[in-house]
Amino acid sequence: MPLETDFPQGYEKRDFRVVGKRPVRPDGIDKVTGRARFGADTVAPGMLHGAILRSPHAHARIKSIDTAKAEALEGVKAVVTRDDFPIHDAVKEDRGLLDILVNCMAREKALYDGHAVAAVAATDKITARKALKLIEVEYEVLGHVIDEDLAMAPDAPILHDDLGYDYGKGKPSNVAGRTEIGHGDVDAGFAAADRVVERSFKTGAAHQGYIEPHACLANIGADGRGELWCCTQGHFMVRDTVTQLLGMDVSNLRVTASEIGGGFGGKTAVFIEPVAVALSRKAGKPVKIVMDRHEVFRATGPTASASLWVKVGAKADGTITAADALLKYQGGAFQGSPVDMGAMAAFACYNLENVRAVGYDIVTNRPKQAAYRAPGAPMAAFAVESVMTELADALGIDPIDFRLKNAARDHSKSSYGPTYNEIGLVETLEAAKATEHYNSPLGPNQGRGVACGFWFNFGGQTAVTLNVNLDGTAALSVGTPDIGGSRASMCAMAAEELGIDYDDIYAIIGDTASLGYNDVTDGSRATFASGLATIQAARQVKERMCARAARIWGIPEDAVKWEGGAAVPSGPNAGDHAPLSFRDIAKMAGETGGPIAGHHEISAEGAGPSFATHIVDAEIDRETGRIDVKRYTVVQDAGKAVHPAYVEGQFQGGAVQGIGWALNEEYIYSDKGVLENAGFLDYRVPVASDLPMIETVIVEKPNPGHPYGVRGVGETSIVPPMGAIANAVSAAAKVRATEIPMSPPRMLKLLRENESAAKAAE
Amino acid sequence: MVQVTLWGSLRDYTDGRNEVEVAGDNIYQILQNLGQAEPRLKPILEKGVTVSLDGQIYRQNLMQTVRPDSEVFILPKMAGG
Amino acid sequence: MTKTHVTTTINGDTVEYLCDPQETLLDVLRDRLGMTGSKEGCGTGDCGACTVTVDGEIVCSCLMLGAEAEGRTIGTIEGMAEGEMLHPLQRKFLDHAALQCGICTPGILVAARTLLERNPEPSETEVRYWLAGNLCRCTGYDKIVRAVMDAAEEMRGRNHAA
Repeated sequence: MPLETDFPQGYEKRDFRVVGKRPVRPDGIDKVTGRARFGADTVAPGMLHGAILRSPHAHARIKSIDTAKAEALEGVKAVVTRDDFPIHDAVKEDRGLLDILVNCMAREKALYDGHAVAAVAATDKITARKALKLIEVEYEVLGHVIDEDLAMAPDAPILHDDLGYDYGKGKPSNVAGRTEIGHGDVDAGFAAADRVVERSFKTGAAHQGYIEPHACLANIGADGRGELWCCTQGHFMVRDTVTQLLGMDVSNLRVTASEIGGGFGGKTAVFIEPVAVALSRKAGKPVKIVMDRHEVFRATGPTASASLWVKVGAKADGTITAADALLKYQGGAFQGSPVDMGAMAAFACYNLENVRAVGYDIVTNRPKQAAYRAPGAPMAAFAVESVMTELADALGIDPIDFRLKNAARDHSKSSYGPTYNEIGLVETLEAAKATEHYNSPLGPNQGRGVACGFWFNFGGQTAVTLNVNLDGTAALSVGTPDIGGSRASMCAMAAEELGIDYDDIYAIIGDTASLGYNDVTDGSRATFASGLATIQAARQVKERMCARAARIWGIPEDAVKWEGGAAVPSGPNAGDHAPLSFRDIAKMAGETGGPIAGHHEISAEGAGPSFATHIVDAEIDRETGRIDVKRYTVVQDAGKAVHPAYVEGQFQGGAVQGIGWALNEEYIYSDKGVLENAGFLDYRVPVASDLPMIETVIVEKPNPGHPYGVRGVGETSIVPPMGAIANAVSAAAKVRATEIPMSPPRMLKLLRENESAAKAAE
Repeated sequence: MVQVTLWGSLRDYTDGRNEVEVAGDNIYQILQNLGQAEPRLKPILEKGVTVSLDGQIYRQNLMQTVRPDSEVFILPKMAGG
Repeated sequence: MTKTHVTTTINGDTVEYLCDPQETLLDVLRDRLGMTGSKEGCGTGDCGACTVTVDGEIVCSCLMLGAEAEGRTIGTIEGMAEGEMLHPLQRKFLDHAALQCGICTPGILVAARTLLERNPEPSETEVRYWLAGNLCRCTGYDKIVRAVMDAAEEMRGRNHAA
């Protein structure tokens, strides 16, 4: 059945000239010479420096805020508190927006350690910091709760009096929502199983850990109009959110996205931007706010931590008869943990007749979670993939064979309901099985683990403009901030369509006044959706160039076609004309009808899921409990790798973030609910010496929803690592690891407990 | 009429049914008519849902054509990283 | 507060500035001299994004005071290319796609250059340990390590030829 999409040009097999090669990215020189301008790298004349006062308490009523002494300090030009953020009508009607407002500036209560309480703007950073110390806040400290299981207990401190799914039976509760996904009869499925494995798991909250702290520069004039420069994954989202929160007209704020020093989902929300705009408005001067690392950890979104339970049953031949999961995700102080997506993604790699996943969205006294690469999926996959391997082991079946037997395939029903189109999971499993890695011997104290992963991938609102220049080059303006080299892919796709050189396209990220609305760069969508729009814009340029050629030759437009980067006469009545190249027509644009440009605006859909299989060898040091990743291979379906080096980069980067989450990274709280490891020294992300090379295999199963077959690749790569590593570690340690991070103290405890249990059994 | 399948927890709002037949030629009409047929679903639909149509995820494009034999799933609102 | 007058050499040029006694070298470079190529990722010496050389030694410029630069020789990312000629490390980083977002790149390049000055033929392990103080969250380090080793190889070849 042909796929019905809004794009008449579905996937078409073709030979590529530029796509699939590895050219240097257009922003490359700037990034290796220090010239690229990131969020904190800009200034404005007369600029003030902003700083934010944050709650030292996990949960406290804010009885009063006295800013008089701060305001009196020389050099202080503005102070803002909750009183400067009235709740406008648009916010009142939208709980999501209200939560964002309250997260940016606390109101009645401080809901977590690090919650913003007040902010100042002063002539220099030192004065701003001094002024914060002069603000007097009177708190009434309240009971707090950090853990998702404890937050669900009947006597837990309650964060919001107006929140609670009916779990709380009419009373407010910390359970903001419940979701259930699945089909078939799980109980009947388990009754038919020869073997059932069930286990409970815990995962820590990991931070996205982008190296660039949030930074912005707001400049609002006395007429209420202004500009905002910031590092974000979506400057249109920033514009719309900030203006709604502050009661401004959307057109009165122009937002420019700086180069962005990593995001991984964490920069799909606003934190300091509304505060900087409010300070600038109040002071009548530009205000720059740059978070420090401590603030990034305390006040921006880590991902949810989770408490999970998974049960899977299978026949002796390995056929799964039922799968069940209970997922409890705490997403910090506001509703909206990604548990819905966790529940949908949990079993998405498997073709199951009887499946259920139930999820609870829980609030705790932690910072509001933000999206993190395939939000919600990695934790669920960790639990599911652990149980799948344990079940395969129990049945004496190779873990890849077990997965192949039960894998989701083309046109099979997904665990979350819909029927898949063409998907590449089986291809990744087969490729993984054939790797030299999977067939290599292991050393002592080593174990090998495999796991699969899935992510939906999204399209979204997208607008691009392609302007042809007089010398036959073209400027491509896209609205999706480039977080990993996507501009190189855009240039490749534009060059591919136009038949011109890759180097003749220069791609930039347009500001909010120059392009139609663009959704944030999320859901692995930039190369898919902006690429799709780029291809369509380029096709429009070609049509327009053909029309110019027709005019020049005095023949009908339909007697001209585009071939090999030039307009050529086509058909019996076209006559004999020498081809007009892209450059020829570009040069004559002014004289033949004016500037030539192409543009395209869509809500792109049909991104097509990407599946992966990861293989990892881990070694355990039985003395210290330290885990060493010895070898790692990522096999993932990219549909079509537009720029294979950056596709590999996404595979490797996601895998290593997963390694960090699996082995070391977690938020650690004191008994007072204060974050104890708010810095890179104590929140340890993987460093170069922790890791081996990350081997990659790119599988290309074309996405029927894209003319080149492209699928998003950015997120799937973080889904399998935790499960794969847990399987490798469990094999090496000879005991099942069920809590991540599998840090040395936790592993040592597990080893000791296992030894005492073994001794007791003797 | 098109058969629409609801994600599990929506059963709480439809007296236990997770399949509903509604009229409509595109996603927008389907959602409108679903809200009329099942008024308790209306606030959830208005807050935002994801629609899967013949296996493709639609987060926004409500004008997408739906045929009587289309496979339509209503799923929770999704976002990526 | 009285400011301190400092005379120093940055990327071969004599530079003078006034700074607050509590101001870091990184703040001086970025805020007073407009040299924003050095980045602040943490301010506590943990991420290496602000790496510069001081008298040939790599230093986190967020851990050194601006006043301490008096009489020293400072090298930053801005001084790595010679005019239009990129340093082999810069070129290899582009060829290998060894950067994604690029925020850690200046610090890693400065650190890697110092490694290759001392050890023209580093092993993979030596590269990994030398760069262990420079965090990269995007790449998983694979392509960075390959780019450094490839640049080392090219530089060795050139030195042989010369």
